[in-house]
Amino acid sequence: MVTGKGGTGKTSVAAALALALAADGRRTLLVEVEGRQGIAQLFGTGPLPYEERRLVTVPGGGEVRALAVDAEEALLEYLDMFYKLGAAGRALRKFGAIDFATTIAPGLRDVLLTGKVKEATTRTSGKHRTYDAVVLDAPPTGRIGRFLNVTAETARLAKVGPIKSQSEGVAALLRSPMTAVHVVTLLEEMPVQETVDAIEELTALRFPVGRVIVNAARGPLVTDRVSQAELRRGLVAAGLPADRATVTGLHTEARDAAVRRALEDSLRTELRELGRPLVELPLLPDGVDRAGLDVLAGVLASV
Amino acid sequence: MTGPSAPIHSHLHPSNRRRVSPSRYARFVSSDSAAPRLDVDQILADPGVRIVVCCGAGGVGKTTTAAALALRAAEHHGRRTVVLTIDPARRLAQSLGLTELDNTPRQVKGIDVEASGGELHAMMLDMKRTFDDVVLAHTDPERAAEIFANPFYQAMSSTFAGTQEYMAMEKLGQLHARGEWDLIVVDTPPSRSALDFLDAPARLSRFLDGRMLRLLLAPARTGGRSMFSLVTASFGMFSRVVQKVLGAQLLTDLSGFVAALDSMFGGFRQRAEQTYRILQARETAFLLVAAPEPDAVREAAYFAGRLGEERMPLAGLVLNRVHRPAVDSPDAETSLAAAERLTTLGGHEATVEALRAHAALLQQAVREQRVAATFTDAYPQVPVVAVTAQPADVHDVDGLRAIGVAISRP
Repeated sequence: MVTGKGGTGKTSVAAALALALAADGRRTLLVEVEGRQGIAQLFGTGPLPYEERRLVTVPGGGEVRALAVDAEEALLEYLDMFYKLGAAGRALRKFGAIDFATTIAPGLRDVLLTGKVKEATTRTSGKHRTYDAVVLDAPPTGRIGRFLNVTAETARLAKVGPIKSQSEGVAALLRSPMTAVHVVTLLEEMPVQETVDAIEELTALRFPVGRVIVNAARGPLVTDRVSQAELRRGLVAAGLPADRATVTGLHTEARDAAVRRALEDSLRTELRELGRPLVELPLLPDGVDRAGLDVLAGVLASV
Repeated sequence: MTGPSAPIHSHLHPSNRRRVSPSRYARFVSSDSAAPRLDVDQILADPGVRIVVCCGAGGVGKTTTAAALALRAAEHHGRRTVVLTIDPARRLAQSLGLTELDNTPRQVKGIDVEASGGELHAMMLDMKRTFDDVVLAHTDPERAAEIFANPFYQAMSSTFAGTQEYMAMEKLGQLHARGEWDLIVVDTPPSRSALDFLDAPARLSRFLDGRMLRLLLAPARTGGRSMFSLVTASFGMFSRVVQKVLGAQLLTDLSGFVAALDSMFGGFRQRAEQTYRILQARETAFLLVAAPEPDAVREAAYFAGRLGEERMPLAGLVLNRVHRPAVDSPDAETSLAAAERLTTLGGHEATVEALRAHAALLQQAVREQRVAATFTDAYPQVPVVAVTAQPADVHDVDGLRAIGVAISRP
């Protein structure tokens, strides 16, 4: 599970993790559940259907497949699997029964989504599991606790019946050592605050918290202060113009960068104090493209 | 409720824009002309503007922007302003004096309104309480108590994905109806998609008014002879499936909920439609908020299209967290080459770092311009203002004031 505040790049990190886990000929499934088509946008493909499709092959014979889970489709699939509804299920959808069911019982939607993840995770082909790993681009930190805590949400409504046992099965998997919830953050105040809050919430709910992944990180600065005279000397030594405008401009930029880095350092300390393993992914100067994802996957594979 | 089926808004939608032959204007307008500048002060000072709605993707500084605009309206333009925030960061909330979520506007103290005579009030939305208030307003206390006790109501009022959006609009409607404010600034919920905020009220209202509910409530009423035997037959199957999957207790709770809500259908629908019309009126100004990142800008463009379709007045785009170098030269390539030379020379660590930071800033600025252009190319008529990234995060009134100045005088 990969969560994080909106805008921290959790979709990119989830994709990089799926790539990293597909090394050495393994097969992974990258799943999204919020209908954002973030995976398709990241890889520049057309919209993903509710169907497991090969997204990329990885050197060494591995592959990443992708799936966009849709709650309606998942409900129909579920009903079909357990109740053999067939065409009748489609009729239900036609006049809004599915929309109705998932609206009146919001927890139902989440059980369906996580239930699909469980199905893919535990599915076998022959004697082996179909996937070596399933990576979920999960809802953001603000919703992650409620999303994963499916039993609590459904228990309120369904005291008995298959939905209850289904949600208990999902909950057991999500709390097992097979699951890790990684939290993506930037070295900015609000994402770090939400990371701290989410880890507290996940821990209280007994979900296995994995790593704290700092995205778009820059290394610490060597020097914390630079004088204009120093800059002038440096510019002259490099054979660059050292006029007043250039020197004061660079000085202003360096000062702002120092303020920013000092804040980043204190946030980094705050994250370390959580006592969770911390991974830093570098800021990619050209943005996150396919080559960039491989760089991030390389870092994730090495930890 | 369904949105009006009127044609797409005239000048904001790209497909319409293309129908204007460019050749007629080519002589007068430079082909690469930048987007018009968004004059935020003009909007905030205009007594005809009573509502400013800030919308955009999560994590772009929407709440901070809303608070900064409201502060400026009070301090600089002397308006009696209220800002409705949805889920502010703790320290930002504290800076506005919002220590608890009590669903009532509270006056913000310690701001500079002596000269202008304005006022700033702030409130945090309590979704559940707002829903409860709506129920209370539309039904008698006995029935309300019944509704509050129903597990479906509890689930829906606290977790339904659209409830927050719906209740934000409901609260806006309430504040507007009280007529106490010169200006209401609304922050919109951090939805999975900006669309939720426009769609959820209609969706919830459609749901509460929907045939599925009516079928559950009284199949005979909707059924009769004309109402397709298929629906009735499928519905019987639907309740059997629900019963099988969820259990009989659930169905009892559900029909109890539906029966209790029945008296409120008309009210819900009417209120949602009223708020929808307020949003279309001239007194409303929508501001898109984005950061120069692909997702945020894509969301803003999508939203601009939707506002056009819904005939809602889009005032402009606030592009937050834009990086601007303090000096343009030396360029990135020269700076990096010089940093290399100085590293070899030794003894100039600080300058090396400053040059590398400068190069990174230039590259980032170029990348951000490219991203922002995807919006301005699609919507060249929408005014834009870029707000320079602050080195540190904002969580006090001084910081909000500084942002207000930055938005108005870029």
